[in-house]
Amino acid sequence: MMAADSTLLLSLVEEFVSGLQDSKAKDTATGVKDGKFTVLQLVEALGPSLTSSQSHTRARGVQLLSEVLQECYGILTETEVEVLIAFYENRLKDHYVITPAVLQGLGALTKCTVLPPGSAVSMLRSLFQDVHVQSLMLTERACVYKMLIDLTATREAELKGLGADFVFGFVQSMDGERDPRNLLLAFQIAKNIVLRGYDLGKFAEELFEVTSCYFPIDFSPPPNDPHGITKEELIQMLRDVLTGTPRFAEFLLPLIIEKLDSDVPSSKLDSLQTLTAAVSQYEHKDLAEFLEGLWASLRREVFQTASEKIESAGLAALTALTSCLSRSVLNSDSEDSLSTFLDLVLKDCKHHLSEPDLKLVWPSAKLLQAACSASDRASHIITAAVMPSLIEQYNSRAQCSHRRTLLEVVQRFILSVKTCRSSDNEESVLLAFRPSLCSMVFSALTETNASLQITANSVLTSLAQQRGLLLDSDIELAVDHLTRLVLTEDDAEVSLAVVECAGALAALHPEAFITKLIPRLKKEMFSEPMDHDNERAVSERRSHHAVRQRCLSALAAVSTQPSVVQESTPVLLEVLSSAHTGSVGFSVEEVVLACRSLQRIAEQVQDTEETGRCFHDIIIPRLLSLALQAALQGEGSPGRRSPLVEEAVLSAMVPVISTSCSRLQPTLAGQTASRAVSLFLHGDVSFLPDNSFPSHIQLLKKQQGDSWSQSQMVCLLMGCVCSLPRSVEVPQIEELLSELEEMSCACSHPLSYTSAAKCFAGLVNKRPQGDSLDSQIQSSVKRVCRELDSASASVRTQAFTFMIWVAKALLLRYHPLFTTLTDKLFSLLDNADLGPMAADGFTLLMSDSSDILNRGCHADIRIMYRQRFFSENSDKLVRGFNAAPQEKKPNYLKALSNIVNTLPKQVQVTELPKLLSLLLEALSCPDQGVQLSTLSCLQPVIMDPPPVLVQQLEALVSRLLALTSSPAMNVRITSLRCIHAVSRFPEHEVLPFRARVLRALARPLDDRKRLVRSEAVKARGQWFLLGSPGGS
Amino acid sequence: MSGGTSLENANPVIFERSGERLLTATDEDEDVHDPIDDREIFDILFLTSINDPEHPLSLEELNVVEQVRVKVNDAESTVGIEFTPTIPHCSMATLIGLSIKVKLLRSLPDRFKIDVHITPGSHASEEAVNKQLADKERVAAALENSSLLEVVNQCLTTRGI
Repeated sequence: MMAADSTLLLSLVEEFVSGLQDSKAKDTATGVKDGKFTVLQLVEALGPSLTSSQSHTRARGVQLLSEVLQECYGILTETEVEVLIAFYENRLKDHYVITPAVLQGLGALTKCTVLPPGSAVSMLRSLFQDVHVQSLMLTERACVYKMLIDLTATREAELKGLGADFVFGFVQSMDGERDPRNLLLAFQIAKNIVLRGYDLGKFAEELFEVTSCYFPIDFSPPPNDPHGITKEELIQMLRDVLTGTPRFAEFLLPLIIEKLDSDVPSSKLDSLQTLTAAVSQYEHKDLAEFLEGLWASLRREVFQTASEKIESAGLAALTALTSCLSRSVLNSDSEDSLSTFLDLVLKDCKHHLSEPDLKLVWPSAKLLQAACSASDRASHIITAAVMPSLIEQYNSRAQCSHRRTLLEVVQRFILSVKTCRSSDNEESVLLAFRPSLCSMVFSALTETNASLQITANSVLTSLAQQRGLLLDSDIELAVDHLTRLVLTEDDAEVSLAVVECAGALAALHPEAFITKLIPRLKKEMFSEPMDHDNERAVSERRSHHAVRQRCLSALAAVSTQPSVVQESTPVLLEVLSSAHTGSVGFSVEEVVLACRSLQRIAEQVQDTEETGRCFHDIIIPRLLSLALQAALQGEGSPGRRSPLVEEAVLSAMVPVISTSCSRLQPTLAGQTASRAVSLFLHGDVSFLPDNSFPSHIQLLKKQQGDSWSQSQMVCLLMGCVCSLPRSVEVPQIEELLSELEEMSCACSHPLSYTSAAKCFAGLVNKRPQGDSLDSQIQSSVKRVCRELDSASASVRTQAFTFMIWVAKALLLRYHPLFTTLTDKLFSLLDNADLGPMAADGFTLLMSDSSDILNRGCHADIRIMYRQRFFSENSDKLVRGFNAAPQEKKPNYLKALSNIVNTLPKQVQVTELPKLLSLLLEALSCPDQGVQLSTLSCLQPVIMDPPPVLVQQLEALVSRLLALTSSPAMNVRITSLRCIHAVSRFPEHEVLPFRARVLRALARPLDDRKRLVRSEAVKARGQWFLLGSPGGS
Repeated sequence: MSGGTSLENANPVIFERSGERLLTATDEDEDVHDPIDDREIFDILFLTSINDPEHPLSLEELNVVEQVRVKVNDAESTVGIEFTPTIPHCSMATLIGLSIKVKLLRSLPDRFKIDVHITPGSHASEEAVNKQLADKERVAAALENSSLLEVVNQCLTTRGI
């Protein structure tokens, strides 16, 4: 060491020890790290301080050494460490003021990788012998715990050599710990001890006592707690300790039984969850003597509980308990603890199952089912005990509500048996009851009681889902019943249940549905009711329509397997063609339903080559062909018009096509798209079936006169080309776009020009970025701006429609040219003629549209485009509002509330402050549309009010109360809901309004509309409870 | 419900709930006047659900009030309700009756005259309870009593919030 360094060291020591300059520790550590002096030299320099007769000087000396060690423990040699440990162990016996510094040093040394063998043990021996941990301050205690955590992690073998003494030492150190931060550390050590198999020796009970005294954890962190310790963390950590070893079973189980008696719901819950966690490690011998007590507590919790959480935790614990008993290997001489336990459960629960009208039937059933679901053996025992009596009772009881309850109970048993079955080659537990279960379900299906039938349907579904349970003959019988119900059952809820059940069964057993159900439904649908003029015929027609409606939805529901789809879709297509030719009379509504069924099939069917071909090669060409035939016929022919030219039907065909193109077989979809493009651009009809079309078809060109039957077919083109995956290219897109633009500006038929505009927008949204796209947009925008100034109102409306859809397409993908359109749109708010339409246009811009430009259609949609639009334009809107003349202001308010309405709630809440006064103004705007949309955007915000809203309470309440007498009932209803929500504001804020609100709400109690009254009743009831004892 | 305490009637008979009123087209028609009817009063009592102080079940599930025992006349502004305590000695009868009465007072226009009484023959001290419920001043006085009001309010606190 240089002489200068040595002087420096001495002065550093002097300044730290006597000068009390804490910063010098850092400088000293830096010196050691830089090699200016060694730790040994530091100890020498500290000599006088360490041997001083003043304990405070000694403490200061040790503190400097410890702080340096904390920085430099990595560079110490093994010999240095050995010497230092000996020094520190010795210092533990010194005056108590020195202890903190000593612990700090030892803590640093435990982190050394070169800790000599045996030193961990000797350190701990001295620590346990010389220090009473609980007399130390918080941070010193933490220091001890951290040392223990470090050592259990790195010196496991050595510590285990210390035997049970280590456990005892730890127990003594943590006994009485109160600080949650330190408890987390202490629990961590206990967890290490338990899980890593340290020898607990005779101290198992002590270790359990010293940790379990905190169970159940009751801790609520102070507000703004900087340490961020949660109750859940403590609960989980303690639970890991308590449930970590079966050696604790004899102590833990009685404790849980005792704590379940508590009145505090959270400790019940904690106890039940701890029990569930514990028994997963246990064997039956650990449980044996506590089974009765545990069962009594679990039964009581489920029988009497008021909380679903506790109930389900209790049931989970019973399942865990039963599966623990099921796991145990039986000795030949020991009793079968599983069946003994289940006998206990059956004894207490089974008899309640024969009182289906009393409250305890359900808790009992749930308990039995929880046990039943635990294992195969358990489900054998339980079902053998309860099923015969349930079936017997069902057959002997006459009252429908009893039978329904029994049926529901049976269903839950079927489901609980299902959950525990893993291997599928074993016989079903329920096999023995198959005949009686089937006859029970089939008899219930023939009942007249609706709720019984509904339950029977779901029981049938769960029976069918038991693999290998039902025979083919059972399935056939089931299909017969379902077919009969589809054809005859009038009750809407029952037929919904029937259709659902048919769908679930058809997925598993397609054959029976193909041979039985589909032909029968087809026959019924195509039969026509007698055509009389009397009243009976009218009601017959109505019921025939209902039958067809159910058949159509049943056909859709059963079509999930490709083999079924092959059979069901031809029937649906035949409905369309018969409707078109008029050979069988189908109403427009029925044709629409047939399209919906096709759509549903396209949505739910598996995407295979087979189904792809079915849709792209058969269904779509057939739809286009039928629509085209109808369109050509529609022209000029007087008399009967085909239903296929109706807007409702075409609009229902669109999603069939778009769903197929978006999700089935991209290659085939591409083929469909190019066929459609050449049909619409060039009149190429070669791919259509029944090819007897004229050769001069021009679907996108302006038709003679007012004819729209051909031009409106553009919506089918839209369904096809706008829903393709982005990887599929649309052929001849330039030409297509310019034809579409032309049509949307020139054709005056609303469905035609709107569909053309949407089709254009859908294509533009997906076109790759580049000059050709930009120039296309620029020329379209120019044209729109010109036409917006046209003298004809209809041309202006068309141009506006085109503009708003293009704007939406660009907004979604953040295209830079979007701003031109935004500016145009904002300027239109001042337009006398288009202003209101522009304000409404913002809804279209901001909300998801169902047919195109959505994710299902693979549109290019950037995340958070709404927020971005809002943040870029809200100022513009506010400025525009302030500058606008009085009569134009409503347009701005409407636009604003339309935009805010679609924003996610978090954004609404953060943006609200600057907009609140505008929104409150909107509430007093006379336009009902504005009122309604503002109310609906305020409602979610009121549910979780930001402070700024609370400050404006007076304005809010008086405007809301005024709206409760609006002439529009929707406004009255929504304003009452808002007032209801205001009652949940901080009580001291709203209490001053109580009397006024109660008075004002007396009037809507006598409103002419029931829906309004019922909202008023709810709101007023809640305001009455405010500030009243027992109210909140 | 706490573990230790035992209930007066631990396993009562449970009745099916009648489900929500179906919405009809006239309900949404601005121009039609919907009169206040029996079912509406019934729904006021159950959709906002008055709870039995003993069980976490609604009065409907316990069959304490059935729709057939609710009579309303909108034109004459009268409402009559009969309720049936679960057991003839039910100590909660007065409280249940009071809760029903308070709920209706808060929920109906004040033109209505409200009559709440026990279904004849279903309770041991029927007459005494009916008399208490009919006495305006006693009802008013009962609601001045803050601990009684607290219990009533707890019965009226909407489930699920």
